[in-house]
Amino acid sequence: MSRSIPRVALHGAALAAALSGLALLLLACGYSPPRAAWAFFEGAFGDVRALTLTLLKATPLLWTGLGVALAFRVGVWNIGAEGQFYVGALAATWVGTSFELGFLHPLAAMAAGALAGLAWGGLAAVLKIRFGVSEILSTIMLNFIAIDLVGYVVHGPLKEVIGSYPRSERLLPSARLVRIFDGNRLHLGVLLALAAALLLYILLRWTRTGFRLRAVGCNPEAAEVAGISPGRQMLLGLALSGALAGAGGASEVQGVTGRLYERFSAGYGYTAIAVALLGGLHPGGVVLASLFFGSLEAGAGHMQRFAGTPSVMVTLVQGLVLLYLLATGLSRPVDARAREPG
Amino acid sequence: MIGIEVAAATIRLTVPLLLAALGEMWVQRAGLINVSIEGAMLIGAFAGVAVSHLTESALLGLVAALVASTFFCLLFGLFTIRLRVNPILVGTALNLIALGLTGFLYRSLFGATGRTMIVPPLRSLAPESLRELPVAGPLLFDHTPLVPLAFVLVPVMAYILYETRTGLMVRAAGENPEALEAAGLSVNSVRFQAVLVEGVLAGAAGAYLSLAHAHTFIEGMTAGRGFLALAIVFSARCIPLRVLAISLLFGSTLAVQFQLQASGTSVPHQLIHMLPYVLTLVVLACFGRPSGRETWKLGS
Repeated sequence: MSRSIPRVALHGAALAAALSGLALLLLACGYSPPRAAWAFFEGAFGDVRALTLTLLKATPLLWTGLGVALAFRVGVWNIGAEGQFYVGALAATWVGTSFELGFLHPLAAMAAGALAGLAWGGLAAVLKIRFGVSEILSTIMLNFIAIDLVGYVVHGPLKEVIGSYPRSERLLPSARLVRIFDGNRLHLGVLLALAAALLLYILLRWTRTGFRLRAVGCNPEAAEVAGISPGRQMLLGLALSGALAGAGGASEVQGVTGRLYERFSAGYGYTAIAVALLGGLHPGGVVLASLFFGSLEAGAGHMQRFAGTPSVMVTLVQGLVLLYLLATGLSRPVDARAREPG
Repeated sequence: MIGIEVAAATIRLTVPLLLAALGEMWVQRAGLINVSIEGAMLIGAFAGVAVSHLTESALLGLVAALVASTFFCLLFGLFTIRLRVNPILVGTALNLIALGLTGFLYRSLFGATGRTMIVPPLRSLAPESLRELPVAGPLLFDHTPLVPLAFVLVPVMAYILYETRTGLMVRAAGENPEALEAAGLSVNSVRFQAVLVEGVLAGAAGAYLSLAHAHTFIEGMTAGRGFLALAIVFSARCIPLRVLAISLLFGSTLAVQFQLQASGTSVPHQLIHMLPYVLTLVVLACFGRPSGRETWKLGS
């Protein structure tokens, strides 16, 4: 790919191509592309409510996207942000419904979510380091297990007492993340996610630990020669990556839904891979990429209500965006960084 | 009788895993890894149902499934072989596309009517007298032709892989691509052919799920079967007989899972549902040590 073509132009061309493909598909299925596009725009950016929704949808993607970006920077294939998000939400729900902890409650629930994600990611790392199990497969399997686990607890131990829906009790008010403005659904989790992005940037860029993590991601052999143990860094990277995704699950249940139910995540952990790559595996880039994918989620819901197009289309769009990014070589440098974990 | 039921269910549930795993084995032998086999199966399952619903022919549905899945796998080949993009990332993107595209088309074309799609099922070719035999009937004869095909493919593919020039080329593309190039052969074209083989087999696996097993399409109906096939290939280290053995192990686990769910046991069904995924981790931990043959060297 020629270096003389500016990155922005390539990004634009990739998006334009994906969009025209979608317009054709919509036409072929009997929908009106302009109407769908307008509904999409309105739903994602139309007014304060729409912008709020975009930010709300971007938040879980930011948490999981940061997690995936960190893992990829260390050269570990964490496809398991989805499962880590689920167990994080589960742990936060447990702490949020079962204890009375006063002003420490939101923090405790959030920490429980992060710890659960950390353990879920750490488990994949241990399987890899001790038993040679590829983390690509173990994290995918752990996703399915986490989804079943959440299904089990909302039918069993954490099921609401009154009412027959398979869902948890409402979180105690003391465990909820406070709203930032009156009369607006934006919650503290949005700011915490941004803070996490900043912390991750500092960790990777300015600390010794971050240097070791990046060194293993760039060249595990060289790192090992320099006295850095790749196994330990992979464990740390995968565990921290899981903690970020787990905190995302906690943030979603404490800030938005207020309770846990089956199929809690709309595939945030899988979208996170596209978010991390679009963001160039850089925390700042991941913030922007999560906003883009958040607007897709927000717009797609509105599109289903006002143009009749099934909202599952957003999954297709995400896949196309990812594929175009890969095809245009925009993620090539990223790819090299994430390659060959050894 | 429960024993025979479970055995028959094991065969039914092993077949899609085995077909997909054999395809993935071929591709990994040629030095690639295709995570989007999950998506290829889903595409095959949908195309099979859509076409057999429209034409009222199960056979045309099967053909459509094979063609659609092969085309989908060719996309994978295009990106990984021609454009040299990382196969894990391409596979992830293609899985999203398969899930979104089949869901979108299903809801747009068929979901609006609110009726389930009824399709003519793929049937057994054996005469009724054989199918209704007491034990041999459900075990051997009451199956679609895809079932014997899947099992016959194991020795056939093993023979091709180890005893023929074609198999030698596939193995060389995976183990020693430089030698293949030095012999004046194209690694890329060998790998493309392997991807084609996988496309056909994944399409057959998907068609089996929708046309022979469920008799309809359900969004995301592959439910991780493609990933299970990947796990089978990893833990079997690409050896055909082991692929068969581990496929049967997974098939029997699925059969036991369904039997337990149907038996009304007090064990919550979500926990039973976890079985095959937990088993995958255990099997991988026991047998899955990377052999160091793979050229993609990702996460191994």
